[in-house]
Amino acid sequence: MNRITRCFQELRRTGRKALIPYITAGDPRPDQTVPMLHALVAAGADIVELGVPFSDPMADGPVIQKACERALMQGMTLRGVLDLVREFRQTDTETPLVLMGYLNPIESLGYEVFVAGTREAGVDGVLTVDLPPEEAAELAKLLIAADIDPIFLLAPTSTAERVRGTAEWARGYLYYVSLKGVTGSAAINVTEVAEKLAMIRTCTDLPLGVGFGIKDPPTAATIAQVADAVVVGSALVSKMAELTEEPERMRQEVAGLLAAMRRAMASSQ
Amino acid sequence: MTAKAMRNPVDFSQFPDSIGHFGRYGGRFVAETLMEALHELNEAWRNCRNDPEFLAELDADLAHYVGRPSPLYHAERWSRQLGGAQIYLKREDLNHTGAHKINNTVGQALLAKRMGKTRLIAETGAGQHGVASATVAARLGMECVVYMGAEDIQRQALNVYRMRLLGATVQPVTSGSRTLKDALNEALRDWVANVDNTFYMIGTVAGPHPYPLMVREFQAVIGREAREQMLTEHHTLPDALVACVGGGSNAIGLFHPFLNDNEVVMYGVEAAGSGIETGRHAATLCAGRPGVLHGNRTYLLNDDHGQIIETHSISAGLDYPGVGPEHAWLKDIGRVHYVAITDEEALRAFHELTLTEGIIPALESSHALAYVTKLAPTLRPDQSIVINLSGRGDKDINTIATLEGIQL
Repeated sequence: MNRITRCFQELRRTGRKALIPYITAGDPRPDQTVPMLHALVAAGADIVELGVPFSDPMADGPVIQKACERALMQGMTLRGVLDLVREFRQTDTETPLVLMGYLNPIESLGYEVFVAGTREAGVDGVLTVDLPPEEAAELAKLLIAADIDPIFLLAPTSTAERVRGTAEWARGYLYYVSLKGVTGSAAINVTEVAEKLAMIRTCTDLPLGVGFGIKDPPTAATIAQVADAVVVGSALVSKMAELTEEPERMRQEVAGLLAAMRRAMASSQ
Repeated sequence: MTAKAMRNPVDFSQFPDSIGHFGRYGGRFVAETLMEALHELNEAWRNCRNDPEFLAELDADLAHYVGRPSPLYHAERWSRQLGGAQIYLKREDLNHTGAHKINNTVGQALLAKRMGKTRLIAETGAGQHGVASATVAARLGMECVVYMGAEDIQRQALNVYRMRLLGATVQPVTSGSRTLKDALNEALRDWVANVDNTFYMIGTVAGPHPYPLMVREFQAVIGREAREQMLTEHHTLPDALVACVGGGSNAIGLFHPFLNDNEVVMYGVEAAGSGIETGRHAATLCAGRPGVLHGNRTYLLNDDHGQIIETHSISAGLDYPGVGPEHAWLKDIGRVHYVAITDEEALRAFHELTLTEGIIPALESSHALAYVTKLAPTLRPDQSIVINLSGRGDKDINTIATLEGIQL
């Protein structure tokens, strides 16, 4: 059993919901990524999602696009991201870590090299945004064989048939995109999310995370009532972008926002 | 099995497969948020593509709005000058709006209307596809938003103004390299957020399935006409076809109806920019390697880490780091030869055709012309070459004047 499955079992046992922060690896600087990950874990992250920067992040809004650009300017690469994961694992062997990114850097490295590298570095899950289940068999098989969870997205437009097809390849958890739009978009409709999650649960037993558009503690708390995990990305990354010149303060404020979400989730459960 | 069939057992009309694969290329590599929209588009397209009513409406538009069929012009003087094969120009430059792009936008607009969409979005590099999109949107009274890289907006002020005259909103894209590839990303983001009322018109044979197939079908009118014109007017098939390749829509439009004619040799001409060895080029098939971008697996120009790199060509319409997946496949199986022509060679051919035949070609098409100046002399005068003259050069006059130090 890998760290992600163990994490959700433990959460279920204690009646808690997972809080999953996302940051882009190498943003604003590669040497700040691992300290930020540790700060997020200390602030209450159950799982961390680490973005692999890509030149053409077509499913991301301006906040994550700019984070990718900052990271690439610093020379961040997929191999570099794996180095950061290795460094993170020197002091944290417990927190599940998921890579989130686009397919081309993985294709460029080669699937087998990539899977071997992620396993060796200590990655627990891989979410490839532009790899829908129809095209995913080859990579998903390799990941599953290495006990790394392929994580897939579901959308408001996903039919029950698509959910079932996706669940065949998905492991760990499913990531429900809570609105029609890119990362960091506006308002989230909680009633709609709840209805959709209910439909998805008729198709799969996997834990369901919800992300895209969760900006503040009240929204995190509301979503936590219907989902198994709350994913927050752009809200953290935009705060980081405001404070790129003050790494210490950046870590404090970003961790502070995450901790506030954790508290809000705890008090509403 | 005939000797011909043994030489080439591939039936090209059978590709792509039902989810858009040309061999290992093509497919549908997009976020889940777009899958349902693509499914809806694919269903609508499948219902229309063989519907006599839809096709009649399309044919009528192509005849009376676009001005088809376009002539197949025998460039006799230029043929004599090059001293080899007879050269025929497929005159897509004479279409409404001045290029082949309108064949596709007229078709996609009819489809958008059928689907009940009220808003059209498009990406554009040089602005030709943007203008062709704004044109059909004006005609149908639809809202139109064209995404264009901030760099390209500066380089192509004339087309930006044309789009605005046509009532379109030109949305500058400031992310990434601020060029065509970023405009495509931004259009995809818009589509995800507004999928209920919005139709995304992709301008080339790239993107996720069904775009490479659908755009090919709309552009294949070029090759169907050219094939018939050669057979009725000259009683033979051409020996060679030549077309420029950026994303590859004008080339696939010409090539596709000839693919099963094994004796017809085909050349796709990419932009070598300052020279492939300089790294400043857009010759994706000649110098790139397979990867995934903009929803399909194809050849790409990317660095060792899989990041897409910036391209260079004097011709904005060829300045793209990807290429349609069908071209990637045709390259691998050896059915089409892909070659590259530098900025300088293209410019020379631009002037040569202008002075010899009185036709000012687009810089994109000038790449195809430049390759013909090399190919024609290797063939006999009883052989023939059809070139896709995909657009006219009016839009490039400023670029060329500036290069020659002339202030207009």
